[in-house]
Amino acid sequence: MTTDELIWRVAGGSGDGVDSTSQNFTKALMRSGLHVFTHRHYPSRIRGGHTYVEIRASDEPVKSRGNGFNFLLALGDSFARNEDETAVYGDEEIKPLSENLDELHDGGIIVYDTGQIDAADIPDFEERADEHDWQVYPIDLRSIAQEHGREIMRNTAGVGVTAALIDMELDPIEELMREAMGEEMLEANLSVLQDAYDHVTAEFDTDTGLSVPEGEHDEEQVLLSGSHGISYAAIDEGCRFISGYPMTPWTDVFTILSQELEEMGGVAEQVEDEIAAAAAAVGASHAGAKAMSGSSGGGFALMSEPLGLAEMTETPLVLVEAMRAGPSTGMPTKTEQADLEHVLYSSQGDHSRVAFAPSDPLECYTQTRKAFEIAWEYQLPAIVIYDQKLQGEYRNVPKSFFDQQPNPDLGATLTEAELEDAPHDHTGRFQRFQTDVDVSPRSLPGQKNGRYLATGNEHWPNGQIAEDPTNRVEQVHRRLGKLDSIREDLNAMDESYQSYWGADDAEIGVIAWGSHQDTAEEAVEELAADGKPVKGLGVSEIMPFPKSEVTEFIESVDEVLIVEMNASAQFRGLVQKELGTYGEKLSSLLKYNGEPFRSSEIVEAVDLELNGGGEPTAQVTLQPAAGD
Amino acid sequence: MSGFNAISSEPDVQRDDYTPEIEPQATWCPGCGDFAVLKALKGALAELGKDPEEILLVTGIGCSSKTNSYFDSYGFHSIHGRPLPIARAAKMANPGLEVIAAGGDGDGYGIGGNHFTHSARENHDMTYIVFNNEVFGLTKGQSSPTSPKGHKSKTQKKGVAKDPVRPLSLGLSAGASYIARTAAVNPRQAQEILVEAIEHDGFAHVDFLTQCPTWNKDARQYVPYIDVQDSDDYDFDISDREEAFRMMYETENSLYDGKVLTGRYYKEEDRRTYQEEKRMRGEMPEEPLVERYFDDDYEWERSYDLLDRHA
Repeated sequence: MTTDELIWRVAGGSGDGVDSTSQNFTKALMRSGLHVFTHRHYPSRIRGGHTYVEIRASDEPVKSRGNGFNFLLALGDSFARNEDETAVYGDEEIKPLSENLDELHDGGIIVYDTGQIDAADIPDFEERADEHDWQVYPIDLRSIAQEHGREIMRNTAGVGVTAALIDMELDPIEELMREAMGEEMLEANLSVLQDAYDHVTAEFDTDTGLSVPEGEHDEEQVLLSGSHGISYAAIDEGCRFISGYPMTPWTDVFTILSQELEEMGGVAEQVEDEIAAAAAAVGASHAGAKAMSGSSGGGFALMSEPLGLAEMTETPLVLVEAMRAGPSTGMPTKTEQADLEHVLYSSQGDHSRVAFAPSDPLECYTQTRKAFEIAWEYQLPAIVIYDQKLQGEYRNVPKSFFDQQPNPDLGATLTEAELEDAPHDHTGRFQRFQTDVDVSPRSLPGQKNGRYLATGNEHWPNGQIAEDPTNRVEQVHRRLGKLDSIREDLNAMDESYQSYWGADDAEIGVIAWGSHQDTAEEAVEELAADGKPVKGLGVSEIMPFPKSEVTEFIESVDEVLIVEMNASAQFRGLVQKELGTYGEKLSSLLKYNGEPFRSSEIVEAVDLELNGGGEPTAQVTLQPAAGD
Repeated sequence: MSGFNAISSEPDVQRDDYTPEIEPQATWCPGCGDFAVLKALKGALAELGKDPEEILLVTGIGCSSKTNSYFDSYGFHSIHGRPLPIARAAKMANPGLEVIAAGGDGDGYGIGGNHFTHSARENHDMTYIVFNNEVFGLTKGQSSPTSPKGHKSKTQKKGVAKDPVRPLSLGLSAGASYIARTAAVNPRQAQEILVEAIEHDGFAHVDFLTQCPTWNKDARQYVPYIDVQDSDDYDFDISDREEAFRMMYETENSLYDGKVLTGRYYKEEDRRTYQEEKRMRGEMPEEPLVERYFDDDYEWERSYDLLDRHA
């Protein structure tokens, strides 16, 4: 078997170190010159329970987890071994092997730990292995680990075996271990690694036909997740106050910034609930610090009060919404794109808020920076929507990309000198909410000549509560009008956040938003390479809605398939609401089982559309256009 | 861009310096106890010589929270029950501000009860004034968390079936480091207590008994009070948590019997504020976060340096 890419899946029990092992291995692959992409699957459990991480490595850039995999390392679930508690653990002992066979390519490699897994417990295992021509390597990884170190190091043994079977040098792996481990741990791990490598080379035929592709990067790469992209953007924008409450998958950003902000001279606050989290960010921002908060769906629900308050008081604010499968608690560790309407429409009244939905870790960075800039320039909340998929998705990105200047500018905020010349009412109060301009620059508490009242009630220009009809209309127009100005600003920028794929003259259009853009792009490229008349649009700016770009795209094709991870076609609904037409042209490809789309599912759906309909095979729904 | 300057206190501040020269959109009825809180607050700040522009008054929702409209300073009139997280974060961003939070009994002990508990335990350096008139006034007379058991209204037509909350005991068990109760009928003591509360380094909780002449005519807040510090009958040590608890228990029982006891109940002198705790741990810088944005020489660190560990 030869292939130009490795898709390595390591499976085990939650808490067995699958995550850290895979991250190190990913980094080793990246350092050897490859492009990498990780996909993480985990249960909502602390220890035990079936978990896996998939690493796709290729000499070409990779944008998704790919379709299936060609190497399985099944480690065994160490928390499933207590025989007294079989009622709790059931057959989880063998799950790392039994649960991971469905998408293994024909001819693929299986390494499993005979120290923990008995393949005979899986009745059809041998039959399936024969049928699919799998190359099976039963190895006692547990013993190798115990012999040279501790049982937990069977991960390392697994990596050693992997290296031998894919003809990979141990050097980059050893180098990473040296960087990460203390003396004693290092020695033990190095011997486990080497012994596992030697064992498999001596005892087995290692000519598997699968080898790591050879690649080379033009410049130094770093391995980053979407959460890192968001967090580092906040740091570079001068965000020095973060408040939050733990909730998966938002906790990722909250943790990264809690660890980093201290070093940067900032403040991280874990507070009593999400209402307090968003309210605290409003308070810190009002007092003059660049502030951020965020949550996942259920926590964001609590934030709708302070969110509306920020809009009414025109307080700059960045919120992050890390989506997971809902409603309510839903599936905490599974991905979905079903909070779009929640983010756009939560809280009462007419909304002046901005929303970005980045596609990958680099866009997480650029769009979070943009979110801060717009929030402070226009004095409104900007929300970055991403999801569990993008949160845990690690990719290699060029290090030099981040060599950008920090921008701690407070936007439309006056200095004391400027406040002297600013408009004041006859009592000396600063006219903060002037109605004759889009954005009325603010003062900060403590500044001379700047006092005013910020209130969640409708207000006069000096902030005093007002129910005067004329003033009300003027203030509403001014607040909502900011969105038009922001749209103009975004349109005038050199770089667009929308992405286009495929040939201009294609007849079928695919639209994806947020974290699924790259998967859709891979599908469109595959279809186009196959001669299919398909092109694609990826939307990363959600609000203010990119009307002209979406309209142009829809008008340029005969029909459009909108791909998103929810059951109610929320983005399609937004397109129809914003454009008020094209209902008959838009059909939907929907998936809501918790697992992200594979590009093959999009390819299949487009094929079905081209052939005049039918039902897709996987757990996806093809919803026809309203006019059909 | 010129610098952001912390304002130094000017001692010659008058009570009227906090009075806006415009007619507020009035929601306070004639005879409302909130006027007494307003007067005591202005008096206390004038006594302390605080510049109106170094004060941030953060309020919630309700009649009491309309104080901002009658008071000239930097103000943040927020949402129901949420003034505390806003206020404490503002103080963390700029410790130079004199941060005062205010709201009603529904705002503070009902919808905002969680924030009250946690702000108290964290001991933020701020003053929290709760206007306690034992009723929801702005929504026309429903029972509040401090309404006496049996209080009747359109939504509790057979009389409320719940015991009232005990704000002082709640504040003490939550961890407030200064706790006092005063009353609108007692302007001299009210001003003294507010001066102490504002000067206190830590979370100062003042339960301010006010009357609602429109919706709660039966409340005991109108009756003459007894100042527990002025009376030999109530000798207790306000630095002793156990004694304070005992006095609060008596006070909170007797209020609904018509005996209104007010005064200082608890004062913890040597407890570090939350900001001091965070600074000790290196979790908070010495200088205000805000100043750096105006400091051209301040070096903003970049995420670029963090990337080494990802390479």
